[in-house]
Amino acid sequence: MKNILVIVSIICLIITLVPSFLVFAGFMTLEMNKTLMLVGTIGWFVTAPSWMNKKEKA
Amino acid sequence: MSTKKNLRKQLDDINEYEREPIPTQKLKGWKSFIGTYAGEHTAGTEFVIGPLFVAHGASAFDLVTGLLVGNILAVLSWAFLTARIAVKERLTLYYQLEKIAGTKFTFVYNLVNAGLFCFLAGAMIAVSATAVGIPFDLAMPSLTDIYPNSVGWVITVFIVGAITTGIAMFGFERVSKFSNVAAPWMIMVFIAAAIGVLPQLGVSSIGDFWQVAKNSIWTGVPLEGQSKFTFWHIVFFAWFCNMAMHIGMADLSLLRYAKKWQYGFSSISGVFLGHYIAWIASGILYSLFLMSAADSSSFSPGPIAYGAAGIAGAACVFIAGLTTANPTLYRAGLAIQSINPQWKTWKVTLLVGLFTTIAACFPALVMRLLEFVALYGLILMPVGAVIFIDVYVLERIGLKRNYAALTDTSFNWSVGITWVITLVLCLSLNLAAGVEIFFLGLPGWFIAVLVYLVCNKILQKQDLKITSRLVKDNLVSDLKS
Repeated sequence: MKNILVIVSIICLIITLVPSFLVFAGFMTLEMNKTLMLVGTIGWFVTAPSWMNKKEKA
Repeated sequence: MSTKKNLRKQLDDINEYEREPIPTQKLKGWKSFIGTYAGEHTAGTEFVIGPLFVAHGASAFDLVTGLLVGNILAVLSWAFLTARIAVKERLTLYYQLEKIAGTKFTFVYNLVNAGLFCFLAGAMIAVSATAVGIPFDLAMPSLTDIYPNSVGWVITVFIVGAITTGIAMFGFERVSKFSNVAAPWMIMVFIAAAIGVLPQLGVSSIGDFWQVAKNSIWTGVPLEGQSKFTFWHIVFFAWFCNMAMHIGMADLSLLRYAKKWQYGFSSISGVFLGHYIAWIASGILYSLFLMSAADSSSFSPGPIAYGAAGIAGAACVFIAGLTTANPTLYRAGLAIQSINPQWKTWKVTLLVGLFTTIAACFPALVMRLLEFVALYGLILMPVGAVIFIDVYVLERIGLKRNYAALTDTSFNWSVGITWVITLVLCLSLNLAAGVEIFFLGLPGWFIAVLVYLVCNKILQKQDLKITSRLVKDNLVSDLKS
């Protein structure tokens, strides 16, 4: 379960970052980029807290 | 009722080891420090500082090279000065200082320190508030505003202040967790926002970037009424913007949790993400704003980020402000609590949070951020120099360290004189020689070291002579009786 959440979180970070490069390359509009960034943001904050901050093994 | 009791007990049970070395089992690993530094230094202030380099006419070459040199110096300061002492002593700055300078000096220092921390945290809260106000079409402050410009602004600041204080009340653990989660996302938003607007600045390929950077973003020409920033301004600002934390030793309180002194290098996550990439990214966003804005004196990080990255951008400004305000508020709480260790950490933090929130209502705190950050580091720096000399030098030259604890003195005059003379001489350098505030930290540190050594040489000799005479007299009278 944890691994799935980690993968989803990473995908959300990618969704936040990568579309801006598509805007830069002319393949996407800035408005679509903003929407995808919001989706990535929500996904990150829903999934990341459940696997980050787990106690480190000594 | 039981929930209320549980919450109270939970808050009372938070032990931050303010007056004892951190136990081994409570030490933290790399991950905790990398997350905390990345969160703390990828912050709301980056949305202000990056644009101010543009406003001060930094050239693209000076910016890129100056930030590189300044940030490396900052990381080295954290590792070799702060972290080494933090791991050696494992005490908070405040308790360390109490042993060296005495309770009365520490009381004065703590008040000054807590006040400065509050103002810094207040600036972060204000930056966050510019993002919260967007959906309500809140009238944002401009570069020239000093006082709150509307009731809506005050209410917004109070909401953000309440959230920040609430998180800080739960101590370092919660602060660290909050920063850990937000940090990777924040830096993605900073980068994405800047990349996404590059076409609007005229960058259509990677090869165009340097030309646009030189000619349209960091042009080397300051805005009207702003001073010119050179390579050296950028080096020293990047190095000293966190002077209070590294050379000033405030991060002893944080790094005392580190397993090894090398964890001081984890500050690299903060400075190179926050003080390099984020400053460059926010500079790009601001230059686009300058191109399109009718009123260039209007300056609000929230709407600027919202324009480039939508709701995610505004959320980034809000959260970036919080992740910096939280540890700063926590430090201010520790500073005040060391006045009376019996006070509960959470109660002190609550009070400090209220004061900070009131300060955050004044937009001047944000608009003069560069000068404030430099002044804040300068004021706290002499105490860092004192601690450094006390830990590493005094015993090697035959003097006693932790002098106040050793002699049961409540005010070590060597430290008091060092602090005052250093700041007076720095002020003189500023007024008489015209040395700008950004550069004063370096000569100031050497002045502090010299004055502290001379004062100790003179005062310790006198005090120890008196003490040994008293001991001798007591022994004689004991023998007679």
